[in-house]
Amino acid sequence: MSLFYAFLAIIKRDLLLAVRRRTEIANPLLFFILVITLFPLGIGAQPHLLQAIAPGIIWVSALLAAMLSLDSLFRSDFDDGSLEQILLSPYPTSMLVLAKIIAHWLVTGLPLLIVAPLLAVFLGMPTQSLGVLLLTLLLGTPVLSLIGAIGVALTVGLRRGGMILSLLVLPLYVPVLIFAGNAVEMAGSGLPVDAQINILISMLCLSLVLAPWPTAAALKMSVN
Amino acid sequence: MQNNIIHRLQGQDLSCVRDDRILFEALNFELSAGQVLLLEGENGSGKTSLLRILCGFREPDAGLVLWGGNAINDSQYYDDMAYVGHLDGVKKELTVLENLKVSLALGQTGHYSIPQALAKVLLANFDDALVQSLSAGQKRRLSLARLLITKNTLWILDEPFTSLDKQGISLIESLMTEHCKAGGMIILTSHHDIALPNVDVQRILLS
Repeated sequence: MSLFYAFLAIIKRDLLLAVRRRTEIANPLLFFILVITLFPLGIGAQPHLLQAIAPGIIWVSALLAAMLSLDSLFRSDFDDGSLEQILLSPYPTSMLVLAKIIAHWLVTGLPLLIVAPLLAVFLGMPTQSLGVLLLTLLLGTPVLSLIGAIGVALTVGLRRGGMILSLLVLPLYVPVLIFAGNAVEMAGSGLPVDAQINILISMLCLSLVLAPWPTAAALKMSVN
Repeated sequence: MQNNIIHRLQGQDLSCVRDDRILFEALNFELSAGQVLLLEGENGSGKTSLLRILCGFREPDAGLVLWGGNAINDSQYYDDMAYVGHLDGVKKELTVLENLKVSLALGQTGHYSIPQALAKVLLANFDDALVQSLSAGQKRRLSLARLLITKNTLWILDEPFTSLDKQGISLIESLMTEHCKAGGMIILTSHHDIALPNVDVQRILLS
């Protein structure tokens, strides 16, 4: 057995668990759709205003949906002792944790990407910015999962960690929101967005490389 | 079956303080191949804390745990040990087989294949049963099956007999005897009297 095999086994296990539990996939997605569909109702018949704030609405909803789903990342593993077994594995914990984060993104982040174009059209977003919206979501939501994982790992041992978790991760989410929202808005007016996309790519690379280590260390502290 | 390295677990001057209460201090022990270390003591006397220190989950407040002469945070130790704690460490939404496959992927292949191990712990026909449909004793036997399918020398067991019936207890005892005969070692806590004939059992009383 190799590290790669262990990595895949964790991803496969978490996807299987998500399919068996279902609510884990449905909750963030439903939240995302509900919030976005409520905005037009709240704002009233002002299509131009809606069009102008559409990138912001979609990204803020995606961010909140990601945060809502974070707690499920390590909670059940912590409660049933599987986390201890993962930590005791001879393979590096950070890699196994990365596998868990990837599985979590596939379950909670990817569905958002799939419904986002539909909701964007629904908000009257110009078609030329749809591609950029998808690209920012593709680059940005994994960053949300990776950064969030550090926060969850730190708070999973606390009985009421929800509030602390939001306070911990929300400030770290802000840069993603700023650059992604800005990119979509610029694309809507036909301006180049290379700079924002490059920054998002570098954020993704950085968090992909740096986030698993503190997450693994924090999990070790949490099972103590 | 066993590699040629002489395995030895040593605890040197271990102490553990919890909430300003000294659970144990200056604890020394040495465990070599084929031996069992039984931790005894009342509830709250630090048995589980000691096991968690030996697993590396907790840092001892003083002292060292050595495996073959090296500190345990060197990864060789995790190749050689397996832990079954209070929590079963199995996913209730997965089947017995799926759970064991994950455990196997996380470790090295051991002496028994999954079907052999399931037969050993009397769960042979439960491959496709969801773990949530198993009884507490069956879950416990499943988590003990994990010890058989992965390669390990040291078993760390926290109350392994909890929720097992008489048959289950004697089954686990025979597995433990077999493991020691093959050169393995076991550290466990238990409230039950254990019957391990022909096995060198050390006892530590924590109070």
